[in-house]
Amino acid sequence: MTEETPAPEGGTASDWGFETRMIHAGAGPDPVSGSRQIPIHQTSAYAFHDVDHAASLFNLQTFGFIYSRLGNPTVASLEQRIASLEGGCGATCAASGHAAQVLAFFPLIEAGERFAASNKLYGGSVTQFSRTFPKFDWHCDFVDTEDLSAVEAVLAQGAKALFVESLANPGGVVTDLETLAGLTRAAGALLIVDNTLATPWLCRPFEWGADLIVHSATKFLSGNGTVIGGAVVDSGRFDWSASGRFPGLSEPEPAYHGLKFSETFGELAFTVHSHAVGLRDLGASMAPMNAFLTLLGTETLALRMERHCRNALAVAEWLTEHPKVQWVSYAGLPTSPYRELAEKYLPNGAGAVFTFGVRGGYEAGVRVVEKCELFSHLANIGDARSLIIHPASTTHRQLTDEQRAAAGAGPEVVRLSIGLETVDDLVRDLDNALAAA
Amino acid sequence: MACGLRYSDVLIAGILRRVRTIAMVGASPNWKRPSNFAMKYLQEKGYRVIPVNPRAAAAGASILGERARASLAEVPAPVEMVDVFRGSDAALEITREAIRLRVEKGFEVVWMQLGVRNDEAAAEAEAAGLTVIMNRCPKIEYGRLWGELGWGGFDRGVISSRWPRPVKRDERAG
Repeated sequence: MTEETPAPEGGTASDWGFETRMIHAGAGPDPVSGSRQIPIHQTSAYAFHDVDHAASLFNLQTFGFIYSRLGNPTVASLEQRIASLEGGCGATCAASGHAAQVLAFFPLIEAGERFAASNKLYGGSVTQFSRTFPKFDWHCDFVDTEDLSAVEAVLAQGAKALFVESLANPGGVVTDLETLAGLTRAAGALLIVDNTLATPWLCRPFEWGADLIVHSATKFLSGNGTVIGGAVVDSGRFDWSASGRFPGLSEPEPAYHGLKFSETFGELAFTVHSHAVGLRDLGASMAPMNAFLTLLGTETLALRMERHCRNALAVAEWLTEHPKVQWVSYAGLPTSPYRELAEKYLPNGAGAVFTFGVRGGYEAGVRVVEKCELFSHLANIGDARSLIIHPASTTHRQLTDEQRAAAGAGPEVVRLSIGLETVDDLVRDLDNALAAA
Repeated sequence: MACGLRYSDVLIAGILRRVRTIAMVGASPNWKRPSNFAMKYLQEKGYRVIPVNPRAAAAGASILGERARASLAEVPAPVEMVDVFRGSDAALEITREAIRLRVEKGFEVVWMQLGVRNDEAAAEAEAAGLTVIMNRCPKIEYGRLWGELGWGGFDRGVISSRWPRPVKRDERAG
């Protein structure tokens, strides 16, 4: 039995290249006006043709819009584009990256159940998983994903999913996605990858076996520091019916007259559920204007990521030579312990967010941040502007010392998000700040 | 989208444009069943869908306004497409019946639903001159090719800078 039957005629449209899809996916001319750019559908609700049409929509028997909490045409364009760029089946946008994480787990984890997550995560994710999720009776076990027997052990204890960042925030850690996907598949669990720092231009986790991808669209996807947004992307490959471990997707849904999502929608089940149940009841929907701004950002994603990476590598190389710098954690450096993994998973560049250790500890770290003129001191990443922060006193402040150390956010650590400015200006600004530290 | 089989958009679009009447084997009278969802959607798009369901036929029942038939032999010609909404194991027998009735009924396409695949049946049907699609849903493919699937956040794999024209019933014959 051949797995791939050649196309009898023509090609499939998914053969379009990445740069073409970042401009065109989900974005044909408007069928009514011919408007070439995506209209901003600033509306709360949508008129029904008649009562039967309304019933079909509420029953999920047809495609269409009811109310913008569940779906909006501008947001849907962005969902299509992100799904296309990741090579996924479908996507669900959310009000923020954190909202996307709740949406990702919502169909999967029942009260009292567990999932596992890497201990090298954005501090806000650690707090969400360890402090707020237990209020839903969802429980997260943090694990060092470089210790494969520890990962196997936590999966054997019933973790239904493993959550990792492809390129970890804050610093220079690349996750071995293919190996971890082998472990989750063997355990009947999902691999969920936060691909925010890498973006699909640098890394496509579905090609390595991930089941779901989450994004903070606030970062490189929009790219200008204008938007709060997120997305969950489904590969469409996990067989919910065969698994039996995910009753939210495979068992009758009482609010839809006993409809079984996986049986009715096949590979579309997760994304249909995320809109029809997840957004319906959690309500963390993306605003159409934010979808529009993110659509504009994705049009230049590859161009921007190339320059982000080139600038980041130049700054990282310069920092390694600086006498006040203890260490630089950037996966693109030849000295990085993650270099091999970076060559495998991030062949187009190791991203633009990394950390370095400044001599003099906490106080010196704080001074470097405060002495910068061009770098903005703020809690964000993935902006056209270069950004700097001292994680121990800000983004990772709510963690314990132990959690901070595990996450690469110790007292001497400074995090940079390298922007698109003239690279010599970035170096000069850091040089001045380090001199004053 | 991730699927084991590849069919070109040109092939699928050609089928969905050409076909006017579909015999849906396994169409359910229960409105919560996937086959009923697909049948209702295809009717809305202008196709005539004739349900083939022996139990419903024996009860003299209609499904979405169409009288249920006990078998493909009882479907009134012309019907261009047989849509197999049954398990992969049942697909061989249904396909062989479609091959037998091909000329009498005007069958051109055997379409097996999402999750339904029977390579033996496909080989026999293709040898008999029928076009075969497996593991696809015509509702999803219609929505994918003509835009509505994208409303749900799905990658359609379709890129075009032309002003989109919805498929119309009167275009399907040509």
